[in-house]
Amino acid sequence: MRVNEARSNMKIHEYQAKEILRQYGVPTPRGVACFSVAEAEAAARELGGAVWVVKAQIHAGGRGKGGGVKVARSMQEVRDYAAQILGMQLVTHQTGPQGQTVRRLLIEEGAQIAKEYYVGMVIDRSRQRVALMVSSEGGMDIEEVAAHSPEKIHKVWIDPLAGLTDADSDSIARLIGIPDAALVQAHACLQGLYRAFVEKDAMLAEINPLVLTADQRVVALDAKINFDSNALFRHPEIVALRDLDEEDPAEVEASKFDLSYISLDGDIGCLVNGAGLAMATMDIIKLYGGSPANFLDVGGGANKEKVTEAFKLMLKNPKLRAILVNIFGGIMKCDVIAEGVVAAAREVHLTVPLVVRLEGTNVDLGKKILAESGLPIISASDMADAAEKVVAAARKI
Amino acid sequence: MSILINKNTRVMTQGMTGKVGQFHTLHCKNYANGANCFVAGVTPGKAGQSYEGIPIYNTVADARAQTGATVSVIYVPPPYAAAAIDEAVEAGIELVICITEGIPVHDMLRTRYKMQGKNTLLIGPNCPGLITPDEIKIGIMPGHIHRKGRIGVVSRSGTLTYEAVGQLSALGYGQSSCVGIGGDPINGMKHLDVMKLFNDDADTDAVVMVGEIGGSDEEECARWIKDNMKKPVVGFIAGITAPPGKRMGHAGAIISGGQGGAEDKLAVMEECGIHITRNPAEMGRVMQKILKG
Repeated sequence: MRVNEARSNMKIHEYQAKEILRQYGVPTPRGVACFSVAEAEAAARELGGAVWVVKAQIHAGGRGKGGGVKVARSMQEVRDYAAQILGMQLVTHQTGPQGQTVRRLLIEEGAQIAKEYYVGMVIDRSRQRVALMVSSEGGMDIEEVAAHSPEKIHKVWIDPLAGLTDADSDSIARLIGIPDAALVQAHACLQGLYRAFVEKDAMLAEINPLVLTADQRVVALDAKINFDSNALFRHPEIVALRDLDEEDPAEVEASKFDLSYISLDGDIGCLVNGAGLAMATMDIIKLYGGSPANFLDVGGGANKEKVTEAFKLMLKNPKLRAILVNIFGGIMKCDVIAEGVVAAAREVHLTVPLVVRLEGTNVDLGKKILAESGLPIISASDMADAAEKVVAAARKI
Repeated sequence: MSILINKNTRVMTQGMTGKVGQFHTLHCKNYANGANCFVAGVTPGKAGQSYEGIPIYNTVADARAQTGATVSVIYVPPPYAAAAIDEAVEAGIELVICITEGIPVHDMLRTRYKMQGKNTLLIGPNCPGLITPDEIKIGIMPGHIHRKGRIGVVSRSGTLTYEAVGQLSALGYGQSSCVGIGGDPINGMKHLDVMKLFNDDADTDAVVMVGEIGGSDEEECARWIKDNMKKPVVGFIAGITAPPGKRMGHAGAIISGGQGGAEDKLAVMEECGIHITRNPAEMGRVMQKILKG
């Protein structure tokens, strides 16, 4: 089982995830979230001790390898590392080559690590259960462990009625070599994680690493939780943790208009109704030698306003060279969509060729509206024709 | 013949009095034998009222007892939809079709858990529903694109199902039944469950199977087809170009488990004897080629 990101699940920062886990009895290092070097120094003084960890807070994994996590052994080092990390463009395998600007830090007390473990929790769709995964290979990318030594990953599928039982939690903790003296704490970690997972409507949670300290305590050294966007209506406390700086501005804008939008690398904008047809439209563009600039599902209830906003979003992309509108009108009538497309094309300054393929309810009326609009709209008869035309149009300019 | 539903099916609608429920109930009632098929609505507190001549009851159990409806279609809003499924299951409804999009995953986990050992079949949630052309339509698909015929269609997506149906109809191939199983990660009937029914249906000659990236349902279905299916199957998977880890609207479209990628799925399907196409515009023509030999 590979753990993966899901874009429209809501993500939070590590320090926020640890705060939630603390509420469920999971031991974590003491730490303070900071927004400036001065705050970082004050936090280190407040925490006391002789070793601190300065951790970049961004919504992506692999921060350590990218230089976003440093161990400081003096107040001067706390200041230096905080100054170095705050504002840096942190590049990890999950951020893409452009990286992500660091705006927040977590200053934590240092820990004496004896052993590192991995703990993860996901929804297993084929078994229709919450799955707990643990491994003795902590601190590593779990996808690599899964690829190279899958036998080192142990799984338990949790019965929703019984929850994570003591017996299950015990046996899985023993399997990864947690010593008897630390079993009670391991219990607290695993069961607390499960309760948080269920009560907060999480889709994915990871503690990587969960560590055994030199004095035989079990502590969550890192934490990551993604939440089900569909359940946010009952979790205002989670919504409050949203950090818009971490999200793609185009996707944030799209979500305001209830559009499902994902930026991609290509140059052909797509406006489609339905997620499956939208993916298939991207596929056929690729098949005909083009490259999609975005995924955009306008949903079932698209009107003129939504279509106009969708056009504005696509046109903000400097790489855009053509737009393909592919609508299979069922409940959504083709004439309504055609009117929306015409109005949108008039309102926004359409600088690229526009190919429109309409099918379904009131298709003839829709095509007539497009033809009589006087706009340079390229009409397509089916998906293949549309793909061919839009790829050709994108090459021309 | 057909699968799951026909002109004699009697249906109740949970959430019939909401805007969405009203709109689609009217369209379903006006399709083919719909006026005889849609016999009840369920909205707590509205017993005794009616909509378009369809009587409303407070509970699923009442609606069933009074009208004999054995199928329920659900348009209840997401926060209450899982509880609506639970109620239908408790009342012994044989087939529940949940159209509602956006139900929390943990709600569906609990609902599916409670359904263990019960006889109720669930289609969806987050699905367009199902149709047996010229007999009955239960759901939100446009009825007029369908033709009565002998091709079965099963799909995880809505408009992409219409695309497949539209292509078949344009080439003169009607459909026995079309089932949209929905794109949510935790759902009821899978491709495999529907495929078994098509295999046993005397009036289905061939099947179009439309899948999506994410999960392993299509692979499981393909392996079963290899050993058991007596009829040709045409397959398409949406999402070859979807970047890993990005969710394309459907919660299901997440690549996980080193499986669930479009190319992986297509490879397994091809190996299992399914006539795959990478071109979503060619689903109908591939079927035509097979049937013409």
